[in-house]
Amino acid sequence: MRGQRAPLFLLVPGLVALIFLVVPLITLLAQTPWEAFPKIISSPEALVALRLSIITSLAATGLAAVFGIPMAWLLAREVLPFTGLLRALVIVPLLLPPVVSGVALLEALGRRGLVGGFLYDNFDITFPFTTVGVVIATTFVAMPFLIITLEGGFRSLHQRYEDAAATLGASSKRIFFKVTMPMVAPAAVAGLVLCWARALGEFGATITFAGNFPGVTQTMPLAVYTALESDRSVAIALSLVLLVVSVGVLVALRGRYLQTRAS
Amino acid sequence: MNKIMRGLLAAALIVGLGALFPSASGAATKPSGELTVSAAASLTDVFPVIADAFQKRFPDTEIRFNFAGSSTLMNQVIAGAPVDVIATASEPTMQIGVDTSLVARPLLFAKNLLTIAVPAGNPADIKSLADLQRSGLLLGVCDTAAPCGAAASELFYKNKLDVTPVTRELDVRSLLGKVISGDLDAGIVYVTDVKAAGNKVEFVEIPITDNVLTTYPIAMVADTQSAELAQRFVNFVRFSTTSQGVLRAFGFAKPW
Repeated sequence: MRGQRAPLFLLVPGLVALIFLVVPLITLLAQTPWEAFPKIISSPEALVALRLSIITSLAATGLAAVFGIPMAWLLAREVLPFTGLLRALVIVPLLLPPVVSGVALLEALGRRGLVGGFLYDNFDITFPFTTVGVVIATTFVAMPFLIITLEGGFRSLHQRYEDAAATLGASSKRIFFKVTMPMVAPAAVAGLVLCWARALGEFGATITFAGNFPGVTQTMPLAVYTALESDRSVAIALSLVLLVVSVGVLVALRGRYLQTRAS
Repeated sequence: MNKIMRGLLAAALIVGLGALFPSASGAATKPSGELTVSAAASLTDVFPVIADAFQKRFPDTEIRFNFAGSSTLMNQVIAGAPVDVIATASEPTMQIGVDTSLVARPLLFAKNLLTIAVPAGNPADIKSLADLQRSGLLLGVCDTAAPCGAAASELFYKNKLDVTPVTRELDVRSLLGKVISGDLDAGIVYVTDVKAAGNKVEFVEIPITDNVLTTYPIAMVADTQSAELAQRFVNFVRFSTTSQGVLRAFGFAKPW
């Protein structure tokens, strides 16, 4: 593989793609107001947004784990009827423009929504404009990443290990936690990290469903977009923080998990 | 009235109109070409109607719009976006363009007032500005970077209101959408926005003395490739009776 000469018709467009993808990110670095950077990211507004982003993205990842891992297993083992259709439905939020997800969530869980209206009328519960609303929006958008990644993990697993455990008398719960999960750990970690990164970057569904208020629903991406309206250098500095996190995720995934699977 | 008198009157009218719009009758070059007009989000409904009237008068012209928040539009012009005309919902925002010589002399063409938008039926039973201070009320405003948000802050300050909004939407349309859907009890928006929404939303009037005025300047972008047409459109929006009539119909007040 290595040392192979790349034909020109692949080399040129390939390099164009590389330049196209990398140049804007380098420009972001070059445009970063380095002198003001420490002051901007340690400002109360930025710290509040960062804290909110971390809390909501971790909460969304937690929810995705609790409900998404079982769903991935159900899909992988095809225990439900119409598994193909179900898989497509579960993946829809991943392909949907996030704003559309936000609109759909408002229709379902808004104060006059189908489910939300019932909750508001009977229990005085509202989701929009609350931090819980942010978690709901980000979970909706991010959970499919975990499900499809992990479904692949469950599928590639040889079922004979589980069968062996079963013949030795282990309960299905014990098999799942002691045999199945440890074997899909790389896929689970990759899925969780992808899910978390997507949750951290969520913008459209959040602003549509949960609104934009500092400390309550204004996560980092919303703070970046809001700052863009008033102070560009603040927006660039906050963007850089998110860029660093994204690159960090990539490094973590490549170095520790994806490579072992490839080899 | 006899025939001659009527004829004279008609002639006088035509001459009068011609004097108002010399370009329409006697200009050597017929205006033609394309214009890209960047306009504040609150002009989304009214500007296409004005553009239709403009194109009816000058059939060889084509007008495209770019609607967004005023500061976004000015940032785009600063970044060199190929725009011919810019209309903002804020004089300070336009002044940035004037100070940097990016736009020509702006003309004020409309004014807008704030109002309290409430969902149909006014479920929170809001009657006055003071009601906005009620605890537990879901009040929405625009972000202070957007003109509607800056105006709302000024409104609260001017009337010494102690309010706690639950969201700062980035533009007035998304704010109004959340009022219409009933997810917010009230939102501070422009009169023109509730007019556009028709009967999907109700509003509680804010007395003129307590209100905050927003003025709309329009200007040609200095870098335009079609300066003549751009300035003609700017003048049309500000001076033509057609355009001003359309603006009134959409709820905008006179700028003078």
